[in-house]
Order: sequence, then structure tokens, then C-alpha cells
Amino acid sequence: MSQPIFPLVLTGLVYEAGGQALLKGITAEIQATGRTLILGPNGAGKSLLLRLCHGLLKPTRGRIDWCGQTEARRDQAMVFQRPVMLRRSAMGNLTYALACRGVGRAERRRRVEEVLDRTGLAAKAKLPARVLSGGEQQRLALARAWVLRPQVLFLDEPTANLDPAASLAVEEVILEIQASGTKIVMTTHDLGQARRLGDEILFLCDGRLVERKAAASFFSGPESPEAAAFIAGRLTW
Amino acid sequence: MDDFATAFALAFEMIGALDADLVEIVGLSLKVSLTAVGIAALIGLPLGAAVALFRFPGAGLLTIILNAMMGLPPVVVGLVVYLLISRAGPLGVLELLFTPAAMIFAQVLLVMPIIAALTRQVVIDLWEEYDELLLSLGIGRGRAIGTLLWDGRFRVLSVVLAGLGRAMAEVGAVMIVGGNINHVTRVMTTTIALETSKGNLTLALGLGIILLALSLLINGAIHVASVEAARRSAG
Repeated sequence: MSQPIFPLVLTGLVYEAGGQALLKGITAEIQATGRTLILGPNGAGKSLLLRLCHGLLKPTRGRIDWCGQTEARRDQAMVFQRPVMLRRSAMGNLTYALACRGVGRAERRRRVEEVLDRTGLAAKAKLPARVLSGGEQQRLALARAWVLRPQVLFLDEPTANLDPAASLAVEEVILEIQASGTKIVMTTHDLGQARRLGDEILFLCDGRLVERKAAASFFSGPESPEAAAFIAGRLTW
Repeated sequence: MDDFATAFALAFEMIGALDADLVEIVGLSLKVSLTAVGIAALIGLPLGAAVALFRFPGAGLLTIILNAMMGLPPVVVGLVVYLLISRAGPLGVLELLFTPAAMIFAQVLLVMPIIAALTRQVVIDLWEEYDELLLSLGIGRGRAIGTLLWDGRFRVLSVVLAGLGRAMAEVGAVMIVGGNINHVTRVMTTTIALETSKGNLTLALGLGIILLALSLLINGAIHVASVEAARRSAG
């Protein structure tokens, strides 16, 4: 692993599209440890914030600083809500990701086998990725991120399209990835999932960071009326 | 209807006898068109992908030109190539006029825009699906070209087949730059045109049937191969 890229410091992040401010000035510092969950209703700007942090989008205003590193993307990975499966075998999907990072052949092979094993996909290695089930595809997407051994893994509602059993399998893989030393930053609108996985909660509402707290105190005593309403399952509009 | 029955009989007879002249003509047709499509694909696939992925001044104009050039009239292309390679033309020193190389040259010009324009659409569709993943993996648009062409390989293959169909079927360009010289530049379509003008309608139709059968065979073989490959990789 190369130079540490944490903490991630966001300063006054604004993102505008079509004349509308979708993120309205987000300032936060994210540390290298634990699982940070970005929670909030649909349209709060959760996915947008994740994409800005990962560098897929450029902020209209504000700064994103990775501990002074400019080339931090190499140490990051991201998994999307709808897994993007390359038209190759399951194994080919992982090999491709490693080839993109310039990892040598022998090392690729070793890492791919290990990760397929740990995500329970070893038996499916040779199958075309696009014939796998939805849950398997999302686990393969996680494996493809894990195999890169990133310092941080961004996950954008990774279980939003999955049934409870497949969601649980995905959550288990996420915990394993974290146990291997990768910081997890994840969006969700699922309260149960946030309770299960969250160490720290960033609660977003309407493009603003409304609350940032340790998970336990967030759920037991939300300070803002928006967070209280969200936890209680009430409509806020 | 009699003509058709006789033409079919003649076509089978010629195929059955493996007539030496026929084999030569079919062989040259295949050689010219396959070579032309090969070269056109080498240029057209990366060009189409680049136009799809890169924003540069004139990209829109280039797209319009490529699309318009899909319908280039073969005789016009033949004429332009003729002027380029005739003795007095800028490429006259190459002495290409009335050679198979001249026919390949003309067909490349006909086929390349088709391959580039259709490839552009294939790559745009795939990029919409892949862009965030590839950006996340740190792949620039330049390196994405190879990935997208490979992942779109089955659709790219049918693009190339469309080009092959155009090349095999056209007569205007090869007639002008090749000259339809017996044993040198005579291909199936020019023979059909010649025999028709001589009044040998049955022979012309017989050759036409062979040309159709050949094109059916090539397309069928590639289709079966790609369906099988697609099934194995769920492309």
C-alpha cells in the first residue's frame, strides 16, 4: 500500500447542475477508521457526495483534500448501485481491474483466486459475469473493488436492488473488506442497514450535511428535526 | 420464369463443374473485398470509437460527414480514385490503375465510413453503461477504446459484416478503377454487368445466384460463430 490518503477533508463543497444547487456547502472530515454511512432520504445528494469524493465529478465550488495527495484515485475503489458487469467471465472482470492498475500476471492470478474464494464466487469464476444473479453480480463488483486492495471503498446503495438474503451476503463481504484494512464509506437510505453497519453517520437532507455523529448517539438522540423525522419514518415534505 | 429455372440450373452446373474461370473470378472477388474490409476495419473501428469518446473541435462535423459518407455512390468513389491514380493524377507514379490494388483502394473508401459510423454508435451505447466504472478504475478515454471494442465485439462484428456486404455487392467503383480485365481485374459483379450487357442474361443471373449464395454462406457462418461465442460469454 502506498502513502496514506486519509483524512479526507471536504471544505464548502457545492455542486450545481442546471442552475440548481444539489449540494449546498458540505464541510466534513472523514477519518481512516470505521465505517462511515451517508444516510438520508432520496434526493438528499448522497450519491452525488460519494461521486465527488471519488473524483468522478468535479465540485462547482469547494475543495476535496486527500491528506495532501493529488493522485489518491489509485488507492480508491467504488461499487455502484447497479453493478456494471464487463462482458467477460467473472474472473475476467477481476483480472481486468488489476490490469488497469498495472499489476503483473502472476500477482493478478494469485489475488483473483484469493478474492473469488473469500466472496464465495470461486465456483462461478469461469461463467460470464452477466449471467450471474443480481446478488452474485454485486458480490462480484465488491470482489473487483477488493482485489485492488484500496485504502477506501465507496459504496453507493450497494443493496438497493437486492432481496434480504442477497443484501445480507453483500453486507458480510463489506465487513470482511473492512476487516482487511479498507475504510468503508457507504450511502444508504435503509435505516436497518445503517444501524447494522454504521460506526459514524453523516445525515444528509436537501443537499446539506444536517448531522454528523457516532451511530449509537445518532439513533438514540438525533438533534435535528429532519433526522428525528427520518428515523421515525415520517415524511418530511 | 423460364429464365430463372435455366439460371438456377446453370448456376449449379458451374458450381458442380468448378469451372476454372469461375473459381478465378470468385477468388478475386473474395480477395479484393476481404482485404478492403480488413483495411477499412483497421481504420474505421478506432476512428469510430475515437469520434464517440473524444470531444474535439469538429467532432460533430466529422460525425455528420461519416454518416453522409455511408451512402457514397460507388461510381463517384470509382471516379475519384480513377483521377487520383491515373497517369496524370497525384498517385499516378504508383501505377495502380486497372489492378486489384486499385479496386481494394476504392472499396476501402466505400466501406470505411460505414464501419466508422456504425462503430461510433456501438461505442456510445457501451460507454453510457461503462463510463463510471472505467473512470473509477482510472482508465482514460484513450485506453477505453480497446476495452469498449472488445466488450462490444459481437455488435462490432455485425458492423464489419455490413461493410463486407457493401464491398461484395458494389460494381460501380471496381468497374471504373479495375477496368474489368479478363484474368486480371474481373470480379463477380463486373462479370454480371458485362454478361448482362452482352445479352447473356441466363449466365448473368447464374453468377448472381452464386454471389448471393456466397454472401449468405459468409454471413451465416459468422452469425453461427458469434451466436455461439455470445452464448458462452453472454455478450
